[in-house]
Amino acid sequence: MEISGAKLVIKLLEQQRIDIVCGIPGGSNLPIYDALRDSSIKHILARHEQGAGFMAQGMARTTGKAAVCMGTSGPGVTNLLTAIADARLDSIPVVAITGQVTSTLIGTDAFQEVDTYGLTIPITKHNFLVQSAEDLLEIIPEAFRLAESGRPGPVVVDIPKDVQKEIIEIAEISTAPAQKAEIAAGDSESIEKAVEMINKSRRPIIYAGGGCVAADASADLLKFARRNSIPVVTTLMGLGVFPHGDPNYLGMLGMHGSRSTNMVMEEADLIIALGVRFDDRAVGKATEFCKHADILHVDIDRSEIGKIKSSNLSINGDVGQVLHELVGKVEASIRIGWSARIASIRMMYPDVRPDEQDIFHPLNLIRVMGETLPDDAIITTDVGQHQMWVAQGYPFRKPRTLLTSGGLGTMGFGLPNAIGAALAKPDKKVVCVSGDGSILMNIQELATLAEQHLNVKVLIMNNNRLGLVRQQQALFFEERFFASSFESNPDFASIARGFGIPSFDLGEQENPELFLRKVLGQDGPCVINIPINFENKVFPMVPPECANREMIGG
Amino acid sequence: MCRHNFVIDLLVRNHAGVMSQITGLFSRRNFNLEGIVCGPVGDGGESRMILTVAEDSKLEQIMLQLEKLYDVLEVKQVQNYPLTDVFGRL
Repeated sequence: MEISGAKLVIKLLEQQRIDIVCGIPGGSNLPIYDALRDSSIKHILARHEQGAGFMAQGMARTTGKAAVCMGTSGPGVTNLLTAIADARLDSIPVVAITGQVTSTLIGTDAFQEVDTYGLTIPITKHNFLVQSAEDLLEIIPEAFRLAESGRPGPVVVDIPKDVQKEIIEIAEISTAPAQKAEIAAGDSESIEKAVEMINKSRRPIIYAGGGCVAADASADLLKFARRNSIPVVTTLMGLGVFPHGDPNYLGMLGMHGSRSTNMVMEEADLIIALGVRFDDRAVGKATEFCKHADILHVDIDRSEIGKIKSSNLSINGDVGQVLHELVGKVEASIRIGWSARIASIRMMYPDVRPDEQDIFHPLNLIRVMGETLPDDAIITTDVGQHQMWVAQGYPFRKPRTLLTSGGLGTMGFGLPNAIGAALAKPDKKVVCVSGDGSILMNIQELATLAEQHLNVKVLIMNNNRLGLVRQQQALFFEERFFASSFESNPDFASIARGFGIPSFDLGEQENPELFLRKVLGQDGPCVINIPINFENKVFPMVPPECANREMIGG
Repeated sequence: MCRHNFVIDLLVRNHAGVMSQITGLFSRRNFNLEGIVCGPVGDGGESRMILTVAEDSKLEQIMLQLEKLYDVLEVKQVQNYPLTDVFGRL
């Protein structure tokens, strides 16, 4: 049959079982949009390409499947870059399909021409500049395979307008689902050694990260930890992969982890690092991290092993496969001495909680959220103090229930990711916790939210400040505050109403706690402005470039 | 005089962007790249790239990151490669 490049792109997306794409049309991707018009794929019109990129991330982060965003050439692409870079650092499978100016115009500084290929090399897992419509047959499926296989990541497919319009003759496209890439198992000899190492250890700790989420390894992680009575700490990206409230769970480690968690790690004799990359926010000063412990590192990405911290034993493979092996092989153990020691460390360093009466303290607001929302509610955050309070205070019990920008730390992440999550899981409750600084960075997507009428609540913790910046200025710059407070701050409740979304100011409610519980229980979108005290700080905190035991506050 | 202690021999897919992929990796990760020789091999679908890097504690990481690139088909570390003489005469 005869088919245009643009129609072929859409057919190949349908073949990949894509049912939603987010994007914005423009001059160079109009043929693709024309083909999309005739497809069953639902298009979500974002209001900024960065929003479209983060909506795709929201879908990918909640489902684990690659999601698609689209933009036109030039500014469409440069606007997508932040969302793509963010996906790269958090290993999120996203396929960005971008329009490019006609091939003969490439290199002439044509209208809306930008070097998409060059710009995206350092922030993608891989990128393609498509040379002919026929190449699409290979490149589109390959883009999905690359995005989802191994360590996931974003892939850009840049398609010149003439390639979109080119008519080619092809055989019927198969509608069979794409073949899944093989999953890399760890080598059995290393696994045997690992089992021995774990059985012999006296004070082991599991340090679990985003890799366990990506590998859907939650169930095996739970079995493994319980069987051998190994306490578990998670990174920010790992929150939810091990259930909060489980006796083996010690919480989040690192810069804003609990004091007891970081102190327990100091006493470990074996760190079982699963799908983690020893990021500076998690391990503090790397040379000081768990100095007395052996390290067993399991990761799908060979280049992560030994990158920051050398290990005594490493297994290069899918952490889900490796955990599955380990569950069956490690001996059952109860580790009475170690659990008693951990209990006493936790008594020595109790979590500092605010007075429960202080309902406008962020940790209390988050506690109320945790008590009100079901276990499978999806929480997205922006970046700053509110993000760390959510990480510290919300009882995540299931994987893929926290969507947060861990690696890149992108303000503006929360709202479009919440929209993406609600698109992928329309039956779930989705709550975006944001700040007054972050929400302004993608507030235009309230229009998309209103249009789609999704089940998303937006809570804006409003301290009229860039709170985490102010906190650093207070702690490390002798309170020389600068450029961290807003002289003018908009009335978010009015703004949201202007977008057509029900909205409230929690400060004006007679019984704020009850009101918050009530709103969280309702369906549909809602924006709530919450005035909080700007003096609140996120504690404890490991000062940058310090060892994790050198926490201050809390 | 420059020392070219380490030579990396790459087999890559030959297309317009491949050189940027390789050099981009070095600049992105702050690796030290001293010299490059590159040319197509076989029917032109693939190219060989010879890279020289100064003595560098990051060599293992460089090799591992190169192996991850989609366009890189083969990575070898070689010693006493005749091309180092070419670099020496530059």
